[in-house]
Amino acid sequence: MSFAALRRWRLALPGWLQLSWSWRITWIYLALVLFLPLGALALKASAVGPAQFWALATTEEALATYRISFGLAFLAALINGFFGLVIAWALVRCDFPGRRVLHALIDLPFALPTAVAGLALAALYSTNGWVGGPLEAWFGIKVSFTALGVGVAMLFISLPFVVRSVEPVLEALDVDQEEAAWCLGASPRQTLFKIVLPQLMPAILSGVAQGYSRAVGEYGSVVMISSNVPFKDLITPTLIIQKLEEYDFASATVIGMVMLLFSLVSLVVINGLQVWGRHWEANPATSL
Amino acid sequence: MRTPLQTLTRSISWPKPAVLIPVVAALYVALIILLPALEVVAGAFAKGIQPFLDNFGNEDLRSAVLLTLRCTLIAVPANTIFGLAAATAIARRQFPGKALLLSVIDLPFSISPVVVGLMLVLLYSPTNGVFGDVISSLGWKIIFSWPGMALATIIVTFPFMAREVIPLLEEEGWEQEEAARTLGASSWQVFWKVTLPSVRWAVLYGLILTTARALGEFGAVSVVSGNIAGQTQTLPLFVEDSYKQYDTELAYGAALVLGGVALVSLLLKLLVEQMLGGLKEKNPIN
Repeated sequence: MSFAALRRWRLALPGWLQLSWSWRITWIYLALVLFLPLGALALKASAVGPAQFWALATTEEALATYRISFGLAFLAALINGFFGLVIAWALVRCDFPGRRVLHALIDLPFALPTAVAGLALAALYSTNGWVGGPLEAWFGIKVSFTALGVGVAMLFISLPFVVRSVEPVLEALDVDQEEAAWCLGASPRQTLFKIVLPQLMPAILSGVAQGYSRAVGEYGSVVMISSNVPFKDLITPTLIIQKLEEYDFASATVIGMVMLLFSLVSLVVINGLQVWGRHWEANPATSL
Repeated sequence: MRTPLQTLTRSISWPKPAVLIPVVAALYVALIILLPALEVVAGAFAKGIQPFLDNFGNEDLRSAVLLTLRCTLIAVPANTIFGLAAATAIARRQFPGKALLLSVIDLPFSISPVVVGLMLVLLYSPTNGVFGDVISSLGWKIIFSWPGMALATIIVTFPFMAREVIPLLEEEGWEQEEAARTLGASSWQVFWKVTLPSVRWAVLYGLILTTARALGEFGAVSVVSGNIAGQTQTLPLFVEDSYKQYDTELAYGAALVLGGVALVSLLLKLLVEQMLGGLKEKNPIN
């Protein structure tokens, strides 16, 4: 077959077979490593049946883990919303010795394997650790192997999201506006709450949402600082693993599906917040 | 002497005293990030250097290192090929559903690693998997064996390369490729001699992120591994297992190795960020 004939033959094929090599690799790869596993979970979850699904998804044990996972992650994300803003502000607006070190340290939770982070946090906040010891001796607060420890691990894992989300927006923010507000007689407090924070809000919320989503799904660091006792500090991902170890595949599938649905919803929310942020950058006056 | 303008910005830029914000920031980061990092170092050398070095005589630790390397050496090249293919296919083209496809590629970042592992079990487990019958009739072992662990590593890390290369390629434009094509280069030559060199720093950056995450992946690998010491245990699993067995020194030794790799990857990343210039500021996360 001549090249021209080959070409004619190819053009006669249905659209998806004419794809270039790069497209074919992309789709085949995505199908193998993403769509197939997702399909398996969806298939197994749909085989359970709606009534049974609801029953397994809302057992007392599962509900308790949702409260721990979703509730503590929410608290951790909120706390990091505040401290992330403070850190981003320090990095962008303040000049102090060690600024570059602080900048590099923020990325550590992304780089450090979660098992290492878990080991370090569990030891540091245990009753004979550098921080956990004094906390226990002075205030009687136990951190490691309690729900509080789970929260600390979630703080660690979600902090960089807020800082990295707020930093570029804060950098792009014009100091002129703050000066103008000052000239028009605004107090520092008014300038902060009426000029600066509204403009940073999309970035803060997007960072908080990303950190929240990550903290809910986090396993490695949490499992090591938690005592993994149901109704006390057992998180949902650990419950899935326990169900798998008990060969209770139906429960594992259903709870896994609940977590997957949560991930999809949070992805949509995060995308929405980022679109809102870009919209804000384009025309600040009309947003909000 | 400060100019009036500087006095002005100083007084309004910071709603709280200028010292307070950096101090609060530094204290919080110290408590949440810096002290845990130092704890790993202190724990590993708690009894001096010799006990730390003795850890490396442990058979299980050495086998964990080898398995970790095997998973990484499978995942990183595979994901590099996918990332480059996806980038050349998706970047610089506008088509309906492009934003959706980009979100789909990002999906593994939002799914809990445990759920990734669960999906693989439901797909390949010989007793309960969708392909269970096929797998067992072929005599393959995917779950509780290294192929499943390598696959889990691939899934968790594949977005890194694509999302680093796509934005850079989008900025580059078509002109150089078109010139090469006009001068008679084949599409393969264009890819190797024009496209790839133009995104080399992004590829390097993607390689660093993929490798760092692949070496440290815990949740997804843990679900499919079965966690048998000396056989299906990667280094992060080894850290957890020896910690739970109260073999603290071994746990810290392995943790320090992983932490050292993480630190090197972080430094390399900062270096490449400087090479990439302003690119990173547009893609702040991960």
